[in-house]
Amino acid sequence: MLEMKEWDGFEGRLWKEEINVRQFIQDNYTPYDGNEDFLAEPTEATNKLWGALQKLQKQERAKGGVLDMETEVVTGITAYGPGYIDESLKDLETIVGLQTDKPLKRAFMPYGGIKMAVQACETYGYQVSDQLKEIFTKYHKTHNTAVFDAYTPEMMKVRHNKILTGLPDTYGRGRIVGDYRRVALYGIDHLIEEKKKDKANCGCGEMTDNVIRLREEIAEQIKCLEDMKKLAEIYGYDISRPATNAKEAVQWLYFGYLAAIKTQNGAAMSVGRVSTFLDIYFERDLKKGIITEQEVQELVDHFTMKLRMVKFARIPSYNQLFSGDPVWATLDVAGTGVDGRSMVTKSDFRFLHTLENMGPAPEPNLTVLYSSRLPEAFKDYAARISIDTSSIQYENDDAMKPVWGDDYAICCCVSATQTGKEMQFFGARANLAKCLLYAINGGVDEKTGQQVGPDYKPITSEYLDYDEVMEKYDKMMDWLVDIYVNTLNLIQYMHDKYYYEAAELSLMDTDLKRTFATGIAGFSHVIDSLSAIKYAKVKVIRDENGIAKDFEIEGDFPRYGNDDDRADDIGVWLLQTFMDKLKKHHTYRDSEPTTSILTITSNVVYGKATGAMPDGRKAGEPLSPGANPSYGAEKSGLLASLNSLTKIPYEWALDGISNTQTINPGALGNEEGERIENLVNVMDGYFDQGAHHLNVNVFGKEKLIDAMEHPEKEEYANFTIRVSGYAVKFIDLTKEQQMDVIARTCHDHM
Amino acid sequence: MLGNIHSIETFGSADGPGVRYLIFLKGCNMRCKYCHNPDTWAKTEGEMKSAEEILQQALRYKRYWGKKGGITVSGGEALLQIDFVTELFTLAKEKGVNTCLDTAGNPFTREKPFYSKFEKLMEVTDLFMLDIKEMDEDEHKQLTGQTNKNILDMATCLSDHGKAMWIRHVLVPGITDDDGQLHRLRAFIDTLKTVERVEILPYHTLGVFKWKELGIPYALEDVEPPTKEQVEHAREIIIPGYKS
Repeated sequence: MLEMKEWDGFEGRLWKEEINVRQFIQDNYTPYDGNEDFLAEPTEATNKLWGALQKLQKQERAKGGVLDMETEVVTGITAYGPGYIDESLKDLETIVGLQTDKPLKRAFMPYGGIKMAVQACETYGYQVSDQLKEIFTKYHKTHNTAVFDAYTPEMMKVRHNKILTGLPDTYGRGRIVGDYRRVALYGIDHLIEEKKKDKANCGCGEMTDNVIRLREEIAEQIKCLEDMKKLAEIYGYDISRPATNAKEAVQWLYFGYLAAIKTQNGAAMSVGRVSTFLDIYFERDLKKGIITEQEVQELVDHFTMKLRMVKFARIPSYNQLFSGDPVWATLDVAGTGVDGRSMVTKSDFRFLHTLENMGPAPEPNLTVLYSSRLPEAFKDYAARISIDTSSIQYENDDAMKPVWGDDYAICCCVSATQTGKEMQFFGARANLAKCLLYAINGGVDEKTGQQVGPDYKPITSEYLDYDEVMEKYDKMMDWLVDIYVNTLNLIQYMHDKYYYEAAELSLMDTDLKRTFATGIAGFSHVIDSLSAIKYAKVKVIRDENGIAKDFEIEGDFPRYGNDDDRADDIGVWLLQTFMDKLKKHHTYRDSEPTTSILTITSNVVYGKATGAMPDGRKAGEPLSPGANPSYGAEKSGLLASLNSLTKIPYEWALDGISNTQTINPGALGNEEGERIENLVNVMDGYFDQGAHHLNVNVFGKEKLIDAMEHPEKEEYANFTIRVSGYAVKFIDLTKEQQMDVIARTCHDHM
Repeated sequence: MLGNIHSIETFGSADGPGVRYLIFLKGCNMRCKYCHNPDTWAKTEGEMKSAEEILQQALRYKRYWGKKGGITVSGGEALLQIDFVTELFTLAKEKGVNTCLDTAGNPFTREKPFYSKFEKLMEVTDLFMLDIKEMDEDEHKQLTGQTNKNILDMATCLSDHGKAMWIRHVLVPGITDDDGQLHRLRAFIDTLKTVERVEILPYHTLGVFKWKELGIPYALEDVEPPTKEQVEHAREIIIPGYKS
């Protein structure tokens, strides 16, 4: 058993025998069931640094959303010397390290695709050096080029017609959470030793494709670990050994994360489940009397400030999908252990408290792993912060724990993975609403008129017949799932080959589980459309080419979002059918197929590309986001809507089922205490019934409208709202998306 | 028996303690000038549902109610369907559900057969929320078209029977907010022994569109909602000593 002097005071054995942070946490953390009264106010240093950062954020917005971009240096773990928020304040920064040499300057990341990297710069008026362009077109292939080399004509067509959208073929797939805690607990040298052992034990000498690939990957990982040490040296630290105290623990962990965000521009770059881990270090120093609560909070605040600074260069089409410059630096708090203990520590309070000390902010994407059995004081505190800031999302620990254990982290907006043991192949979304139109139109795209799907016989009757539609939809879905899985297999293969996430994966087990994360868009519209066809009469309006362009509905029909089983059962059927079809297919690297019902802000873009639906949704209107009911469908209030969501089995959508609800403060209760109590009761009821996710927004429509019309007002500079799976500054959304957010049901009972 | 239902709201947070399932019944005899639900006045048939059916629907939300929540019957004027409410609440109490009645008291009388029904209703009602619109009889008639004597008597009756109640008063500038009135209301409330909470509900105009939809002229067109100061002032008179 390994012993290190830095581990003095820590309990347990297993985590010393093997790399096992989860065991370290279970053996050492101190549950806390008290209230928030112990929390400390921001220090002067925090206020100064946050003030400086806010100034920079203002400049960034004034410059059109980007403050500065790299055009000469290719990103890398050691590509830059040290950088600080403000050179004159650098001694105040307790946690250091920037992605580039300057704050909010976006690195040049060509490996996902040189075309996009160049386009991102040009969009904001920056010119990438000719030499870099030449290197990455002539001498070094990038992911995007490789994918397009291999795409079939059919794949190009489904992509162009947007029945598959947001595919990670132009950007990093992300969703891989390195176990950054390992840097603090074990130090880099020990991690390298273990990786060397893994390499020595990789294969029995027979060089199959898998063994060759893995050996190369481990070599890449070891190189990254070596580079992390150099990165720390640049800032004057030696991370070859474990962290010895609270400050080092945060700093070591952050260096691990920094290596990841210096090398990858994944759609989600989660930080993981770090609060309970760090709390062990804080507690040790607090007990020794060598740190104060205020100093602990300062570390948490400064670390969080760094997470608020993560930036990537993006292209306009990406920004349309994922509006408001998100990076999904998702950070999880709370949850419960397999042994039944609450995992809430004082530090879970401290991380939420950053929203008070430095005001609301979209990043890090703060996620409460919720259970009705969490300590009441913590639930109340989280609810209060939600009501005040609308910056928190909640996910059901009781649903996720049986699947992922008690050390999972949210790797994207809402999807869980076991920390350090599992990675995900992120695979965007299939538009099942559009697929229904393809079924009606015999595979012809209703927008472009192209024959995209197989030319099955279209429906020609004046009124839609439920059985006929269902039969055709089933067949069209077969086709879509087939092309979807194959497209993703190809993308993931190329991503591993050209844009391998060596930094994150160096901090994970060599022998990984992999999930193959597909997604569904248009969920509510398919349900309501099928319900309309079944329970009302739907007349088809066709154009001169016989393509269904619009629908007339005669009579009433049940809609998803009203706790009406007639509609909700269609949703369950849809999800299970889609999953069943997926499971039949070969998935890359023997990954386990999963799916999600979450669309981020891409619901607007998907909607633009989707024709009128039989549920009455007009052509081009946004789809409802994630698993949310359609606009205006919820007629029986918030809880009926939530109940509909609770019926969607999480086990069939292990990648997540996102739900965003906006509640008027007045509708939540008359005064603060009541609002907190009611919100907690709502979440207890929702999650106890097995629902997966809830974004909680508490504000009125009037505020949104005013913020849209007067973005310059000081009060709106940091006005944060939850959208599907992440938080965003409202004023950073496009006008279209702002309108979309405003149009969504605001639960406001008179 | 069947209830004449106007609408259902699954998430009520202001009509009784905690998270509540709200059942709005159809029909009201009062014609309050500021009514924000004039669409509930008519006694024409809405959705007719049995007490069992309503309770089964409500129980789907039991998980959200926590320790305090439950069901609230409101209106319209719920007491116009007292038989239905009593049956619903009796069934609810059998299931341990907290019951709350939101009423303006207009149908109340000590005459039979109403009063014997009311006695039964009291047994199965955990909380009464009673709207007192005006203390002055003439002004009450002016505002609502009805007397307030029996309404005040109902409050006394509830107090005498030890039934918990919340008193609510809608604050309409220039109409229900003069100090004299408010002091009289306070004095009256102080004669009651079972008031758990007193609420000032600021007049709002969110229901005005319904008057227009119904084609009924709206008499308070020129009245603005009270300012924060006006509300605070009224609260200072009415609330001290009570929870609000």
